[in-house]
Amino acid sequence: MIAILPAAWLFHLPILQVVFPLLAAPICVLLRRRSWAYGFTILVTGIGVVFSLVLLKRTFNGSATSYALGGFPPPWGIEYRIDAANAIILLLVSASGFLALLQSHSSINDEIPAQRQNLFYAAFLLCLTGLLGVAATADAFNAFVFLEISSLATYSLVAMGRVPRALLAAYRYLVLGTIGASLFVVGVGMLYMATGTLNMADLAARLPPAEHRVIIEAGFALIFIGLGLKAAIFPLHFWLPNAYAFAPSLVTIFLAATATKVALYLLARFMYMIFPEAIGPDASIVGALMLLLAVLAIFLASAAAFWQVDVKRMLAYSSVAQVGYMLLALSLGTTAGIAAAWLLLLTHALAKGGLFMAVACVTLNTRSSNLNDWRGLAKQMPFSAIAITVCLFSLIGVPLTAGFIAKWNLLVAVFNMPVDWSWLLAALVAVSSLLTLLYAGRILEILFLGRSTENSSMSEAPFTMLAVALVVAVMNIYFGVDSVVLRDIASSAAWAIMHGL
Amino acid sequence: MDMDDRLIDFLLAGYNYWMAVVLMMIGFYITLSCSNLVKKIIGLNVFQTSMFLLYISISNVTGGSVPILTGEADSVYSNPLPHVLILTAIVVGVANTALGLALAVRIHEAYGSIEEDEILTHEANMNAETSS
Repeated sequence: MIAILPAAWLFHLPILQVVFPLLAAPICVLLRRRSWAYGFTILVTGIGVVFSLVLLKRTFNGSATSYALGGFPPPWGIEYRIDAANAIILLLVSASGFLALLQSHSSINDEIPAQRQNLFYAAFLLCLTGLLGVAATADAFNAFVFLEISSLATYSLVAMGRVPRALLAAYRYLVLGTIGASLFVVGVGMLYMATGTLNMADLAARLPPAEHRVIIEAGFALIFIGLGLKAAIFPLHFWLPNAYAFAPSLVTIFLAATATKVALYLLARFMYMIFPEAIGPDASIVGALMLLLAVLAIFLASAAAFWQVDVKRMLAYSSVAQVGYMLLALSLGTTAGIAAAWLLLLTHALAKGGLFMAVACVTLNTRSSNLNDWRGLAKQMPFSAIAITVCLFSLIGVPLTAGFIAKWNLLVAVFNMPVDWSWLLAALVAVSSLLTLLYAGRILEILFLGRSTENSSMSEAPFTMLAVALVVAVMNIYFGVDSVVLRDIASSAAWAIMHGL
Repeated sequence: MDMDDRLIDFLLAGYNYWMAVVLMMIGFYITLSCSNLVKKIIGLNVFQTSMFLLYISISNVTGGSVPILTGEADSVYSNPLPHVLILTAIVVGVANTALGLALAVRIHEAYGSIEEDEILTHEANMNAETSS
């Protein structure tokens, strides 16, 4: 597969992965005809997936590719560093974009006005650029720039939802996201004040000795708040339910699979680069606080999900709870914890992405994501119902699904923590799966056992939409049965985060 | 004596940090307390401006000149890197403001108001109409 790319492209692959959709976005604005814009975007994202696969193949065995932008050597120039940890994130973002686009042709034609579709695809490509850039970069300020590129594109994508409330959701997301990004920059500024460099590896090497650590601690606190807002960590998650519920279907699928994961990846990098000795339940107040926030997120968000009547909002609160699981895994302070976090990331993207794809199939015809309008739909839309069921099982963590592998690894990592109360935390994690079962069970009960009140029969969604949703659902099962590749990738990623820089 | 010196140092010599904190909190308060959508964006601008000033103030080197190579040996220059970073951040801030104001215009078209409480009342009425 590497042989199909020209040699010059191979050398510039780290930056090419990020810049390719960026260059494609203005071309997409010029393609007025919507079928051309759609075909072009599919082509660009497909080539991006090829790039990610090549990069993953290169770094899978633990080696890292370093690329100096403009030829200026790091630490004076900006460095892009692809190792096992972010190669998989790059593949996750590109593949999510590609599959979501493949699935959403009909729903985009349904939800976005025809003359605006080329602009919509251009904003989508910019969002893709931003997320890829955050994952690929090894420079702290460059991460802020790409984070803001992706955030600005996301605000405009969310605002293109069908209902006027999408505008309010986008506005609130804008205000909160800008505050978060500004706090992130101030945190990076404090790190810069203390070390004089922005390159992540150089920063880790130049940290001041223990008595002058206060500025590093303050900087890290601000970075945690800023990235926590982007990743929707518990008390900073308020933008997420409305943004997911009112955005167009493609945007919800793509965001649910990627946006919070990339922010969590960046948080993991900063956590283990600057402050590895403070992570862990008994290491410091910060470590304990992260653990507490994670547990609160899991229980409170799962409980909030149960009471929702709108399916998309229910799944959005479920995403907040799953981010709580990921934060829990990251804050354990062990390599097994980071591996569990990566597994949770990847399997949640599969499960939630598949779920929102199946929900898009249903809402294309029912025009409503209110659970009361979904009674008994399984008889009329059997394939969508199958996709929803499989992905919900993966979300709960039923054995033979990908979600089970992730939850199992999380339980083992929690149980192996070197503290006395690790069994209590493991029991809490196991009990919280029951909460997931509660709201997933609500959806399944209404779909399969509800009595449909209308006489009109709903037809199934178009073939492409169903096919891609079912493919993603089958991937959930495949990686649940044969999880060797996933677990290898996760442990390489964990090693790269712990020891990489 | 040493404590007095350190206290004076903390209060007076670091006045740029105090300025940044005060501006940041003023901007944050504006964003939180005003219900007018445009005023919230103004608050965001003040918030971001405090961040810019913080970065630029730390780039100053005592006795340093403008960072341009003049061929003289052993010149002390102020640090140009934070200025470059802030140029980028200003551009990001401008894009944020533009997008926020565009959203405010669209919200006004949809709801007829840019006061948050009026919008939420209007939204509740719209929901009541569609569900009844």
